[in-house]
Amino acid sequence: METVLDWLQPDWLLSLSVVSDDYNRGRYLSGLWMTVKLSVICIVLSLIVGIAGAAIQGAKSRALRVSVGFFVAFFRNTPPLVQLYFFYFAIGTVLRITGENGLPQPLVSNFGWAVISLSLFAGAMNIEIFRSGVEAVPKATIEAAEALGYTRLQIYRYIVLPLALRISMSALGTNLVNLVKTTTLVYAIAVPELLYVAAQIWSEDLNVREMMNVLLLSYVGIVAVLVWVLHRWEKALRIPGYGG
Amino acid sequence: MPWTPDQPIISLKNVHKSFGQTEVLRGISMDVMKGEVVCIIGPSGSGKSTLIRCINALNDIQGGSITVEGQELRDPKLDLLALRKKVGMVFQQYNLFPHKTALENVMMAPIKVLKQNRAEVEIRARALMKKVRLEGKEDAYPGELSGGQQQRVAIARSLAMNPDVMLFDEVTAALDPETVKEVLVTIKDLAAEGMTCILVTHEMGFAREIADRVYFTDRGVIVEYGPPQSFFDDAKDPRTKQFLSQIL
Ligand SMILES: Nc1ncnc2c1ncn2[C@@H]1O[C@H](COP(=O)(O)OP(=O)(O)OP(=O)(O)O)[C@@H](O)[C@H]1O
Ligand SMILES: [Mg+2]
Repeated sequence: METVLDWLQPDWLLSLSVVSDDYNRGRYLSGLWMTVKLSVICIVLSLIVGIAGAAIQGAKSRALRVSVGFFVAFFRNTPPLVQLYFFYFAIGTVLRITGENGLPQPLVSNFGWAVISLSLFAGAMNIEIFRSGVEAVPKATIEAAEALGYTRLQIYRYIVLPLALRISMSALGTNLVNLVKTTTLVYAIAVPELLYVAAQIWSEDLNVREMMNVLLLSYVGIVAVLVWVLHRWEKALRIPGYGG
Repeated sequence: MPWTPDQPIISLKNVHKSFGQTEVLRGISMDVMKGEVVCIIGPSGSGKSTLIRCINALNDIQGGSITVEGQELRDPKLDLLALRKKVGMVFQQYNLFPHKTALENVMMAPIKVLKQNRAEVEIRARALMKKVRLEGKEDAYPGELSGGQQQRVAIARSLAMNPDVMLFDEVTAALDPETVKEVLVTIKDLAAEGMTCILVTHEMGFAREIADRVYFTDRGVIVEYGPPQSFFDDAKDPRTKQFLSQIL
């Protein structure tokens, strides 16, 4: 108890090396920026994967639907860390080009693989989420659009998707928060995000306890911002007299 | 051979329709001329909805033929958009797009499907809202409207496509008695303007008032039809008589 109270001294904040030390502050901020960048890019790409995948699952072609099913099953039923390793070490080592100095160079950087791997992982979950939203759109509403001459694509774009999105909103929020938390995995392929830089700082400064607190608080902050954005989005989508 | 208005605008010849093993329509024939109002009545499950859904190709048919303005619906080269543009349909459950305001519901198809100019569509849509007596409700969402109001938006939404024929499938069946009237008035206005209408309805008084012909269907066939006067007062077939005695 004593030590915890010591911790709460006003000079505690100033003694944090990520605040007081220019070099560490720079590293911390670059890690924070990397995490935010990775999160935003992966959220956008995973939404695109989700929307496209759910659309294909409503397609006429059975082959297309089955391939999307396999895609989803693959990413749902394997650990995301193994997926990341698979992309980086299995595919990444094959996909090489010859650089200017004549030596083979990776075609996709570790950041690139992190983006691809996480986007597909979260995208596969989004496909499932959107699909159940799409299935919840009343058949009769779709039929009314058909009777007005809408094509399949127009129905998906103007009617099914906007309604499915609203139905899916809370499940989607959970998945996107998970995606942000999962970005810490890319530590494993040395993408310098928050966890990676924090580990660098604590191994040099031996301030493990301090950095653990900084890390946790940083993620609380990042997730809080995301939850706030999602909340605003949900509010903007709300329709008077419809749904909850 | 192009269609001319002296030929039936809608013609059904010996139409057969099955869902899997169950035959729902068993040889239906019917001709409707431009400007006519035709009512279809019959017991639940007799195939009334299926019949009018076939007319705008929401259901396909397995035998016989349906033509709309001379265009055969079973023609593989059928232009579905052109058909849907000609034939408007209103459903029992309104089926408005819940995420769009009343006005947007009316405007969307002309803009997205027919690619018409937004400003011009809006002028027409506002006029249609006025026509269905919903002035002032343009910006309300379907969830904020009563059943009768939603149904009138649905009618305006169909009319926005400038159809030549309107199909109504028990459009007042889900409404309170007080709001039934406001929807019937709207349909009556339309009929009076010369719109060709095919209505499935249980409103016998209404059918008697506006129909040129009334058809009685049972188990996938047309049992009897005729002008409302003779149909209601002087039905020949025992099944028709029994049905009318139950419902009147
Ligand atoms: N999509 C479908 N698949 C299988 N059977 C169907 C389908 N739609 C309708 N049917 C069957 O076809 C028959 C006729 O149905 P339909 O809806 O046309 O009757 P209806 O005369 O409109 O009845 P109601 O007055 O209850 O609306 C019913 O037996 C129904 O179960
Ligand atoms: Mg019906």
